[in-house]
Amino acid sequence: MEKTIKRYFPVFVLPTMLAFILGFVAPFALGIYLSFCKFTTVTDARWVGISNYLKIFNDKEFVHALWYTVLFTVVSVILINVLAFTVAMLLTKGIRGTNLFRTVFFMPNLIGGIILGYIWQLLLNGILAQYGKTLTYSSVYGFWGLVILVCWQQVGYMMIIYISGIQNIPGELIEAAKIDGANKRQLLRHVTIPMVMPSVTICTFLTLTNGFKLFDQNLALTNGAPSNMSELLALNIYRTFYGRTGYEGVGQAKAVVFFVLVAVIALVQNRISRKKEVQQ
Amino acid sequence: MKFKKVFAMLLTATMMTSMLAGCGGSGTDQSSESKSEDKSSDKDSDTAKKGGDGKVYYLNFKPEQADQWAELAEQYTDETGVDVEVQTAASGTYESTLKSEMAKDEPPTLFQVNGPVGLASWKDYCYDLSDSQIYKDVSSDDYVLKDGDAVQGIAYVIETYGIIYNKALLNKYFELPDAEIKSIEELNSFDALKKVADGIQKHKEDLGVMGAFTSAGMDSSSDWRFKTHLANLPIYYEYKDEGVTSSEAIKGTYLDNFKNVWDMYLKDSTCEPSMISSKTGEDASSEFALGEAVFYQNGTWAYNDIKDMEVADEDMGMLPIYIGAEGEENQGLCTGSENYWCVNKKASEEDIQATLDFLTWVVESDEGRDMLANEMGFITPFTTFDEYLPENPLVKANDEYTKAGKTPVSWNFTTMPSEEWKNKLGSAMLEYAQGTGDWDAVQTAFVDGWASEYAAAHAE
Repeated sequence: MEKTIKRYFPVFVLPTMLAFILGFVAPFALGIYLSFCKFTTVTDARWVGISNYLKIFNDKEFVHALWYTVLFTVVSVILINVLAFTVAMLLTKGIRGTNLFRTVFFMPNLIGGIILGYIWQLLLNGILAQYGKTLTYSSVYGFWGLVILVCWQQVGYMMIIYISGIQNIPGELIEAAKIDGANKRQLLRHVTIPMVMPSVTICTFLTLTNGFKLFDQNLALTNGAPSNMSELLALNIYRTFYGRTGYEGVGQAKAVVFFVLVAVIALVQNRISRKKEVQQ
Repeated sequence: MKFKKVFAMLLTATMMTSMLAGCGGSGTDQSSESKSEDKSSDKDSDTAKKGGDGKVYYLNFKPEQADQWAELAEQYTDETGVDVEVQTAASGTYESTLKSEMAKDEPPTLFQVNGPVGLASWKDYCYDLSDSQIYKDVSSDDYVLKDGDAVQGIAYVIETYGIIYNKALLNKYFELPDAEIKSIEELNSFDALKKVADGIQKHKEDLGVMGAFTSAGMDSSSDWRFKTHLANLPIYYEYKDEGVTSSEAIKGTYLDNFKNVWDMYLKDSTCEPSMISSKTGEDASSEFALGEAVFYQNGTWAYNDIKDMEVADEDMGMLPIYIGAEGEENQGLCTGSENYWCVNKKASEEDIQATLDFLTWVVESDEGRDMLANEMGFITPFTTFDEYLPENPLVKANDEYTKAGKTPVSWNFTTMPSEEWKNKLGSAMLEYAQGTGDWDAVQTAFVDGWASEYAAAHAE
């Protein structure tokens, strides 16, 4: 059995491996190479050393986008997870229509980011028009608009993960706690939350990286207006690459920095919340 | 046990993510789609080789004429069997589309640049057109982009912009008892224009309009009307004073005039300045077409969007954009081109030949000329078009100004140092309009931004 598996190893691994190399490793390597180049089209590049990287942090808008993204991520991670967990708790209590609610909450996920962005742009502009303002009047509106949008999109998705976590808690644990006289709050604090820690790990990981990488929604909702003040990192990189002649390499360098940043944050987050998980 | 659970959850999560990615990845979807289109057109050309080996792939800049180009391409393919593919970049995304298309195995053989500044980034890709038939057909060297002796780009459309106005509504204003200006002849300076605009705004209920000017939409898809076209005027007058045709450092002598015009656009408008950040050019064009506003700053190309609505063709006219400069009574409309055809030097020889043949056909055949002049409504710089002049009242308005001996304003915005400069200026103008920024920021973006962007664009 072992031997057969070993013999057929390439059959199973090769296609995926090939796809991974073509779809990820090759573009990634090319991307790193290009970040040291000056170019107009990616097939036609000239080596310029680290000058692209030096330009990054002189760019005030990049620094602004960085802090704006950090703030946005923090707010959205907290809101999405709290809301998703609350909804998951409610929908595991066995109220009538649970399945309907779960479906409804999950639905926004099936709509693409660009479309969601435009839908919410219409809705929010409709409301703000009452006060003679629009979403792109100031970056504060854009910020909260974006937060509302991603909450609406991702709460249902995270809810599903939390529900599966909650349903996996063994009944005897809860029963034992109840017999010991734990009240609802204690039950939540000392049994439910520690037991769903694996879900928390996954959900914070997903919301954190989603928050950092958010692009479509940002593009459709405000497109960085006004004055690129509501621009997140991914959009800033895109605009540097495509929007400015001669800055393609700088955009590429920003993308490399961005990758390192997201990777480090995701690893640290994973390490921390893993520690909180309990063994059953 | 724990590992298994985490693993199962991760698995579900990734599965769902891939679903999410399937919906969300519109950017990649698009490119893969166009790739598959490329492939299918390859097959077509294999079966239809009778007309030569080359293929034409035109990346079109003007979304307004996307359908007509596709139709023209089809006609050409029917006639000669040569495969012509036309793709049109969405409004405001031409440069990014061109960049990614150029990197593909089958890059566009025919593309566009918007003038000397645009040419600078693509000149390594421009085939020398000096021996081509279409260059022989161009009426004057004013309409070509040259690098030394090499002809790198040829304009295919000459356009004109100014302030489009509704004659019927304007006449109604002239008849008002307290109208300060009584006829269109008197309307030949900024002061007069300002009086008229203020008057219309004051009497908007009487005239049945929502404002004198259409909303100054500063959405990023439409802000070129102001950050590029309106900003041309202070640049034009400064160049004229200095006797130059381009500059590495602008002084901003006419910025106060620029401010006056911008203030007028904002004040005598159909909407509050705090709303313009999400207003678009389409909003403005529908306001004009429905007779809700009298003035609409745009060009001859806007005719397609406003014709056959509430405003009859004979009621459409175009005024020069007066900014209060000296001698502006003789100022005409702004006329020029920012659409230059370039042939991709890096395409194969057959494809280059096919592209040149296609272009010749477009400017010399009856079908091509009919389509360009009558369907697309273009004025072209080609000598072959003498009998083909479009039925566009805005074009006729321009002819009248030229006949009356007015000096047309040239399109100096093609010398603006970079897209970034325009964007910064647009942002500053918007913030000033909303009241979230002040005019100093506009001045900084205009003057200091010019110098720094010029330096950045010319640094090696």
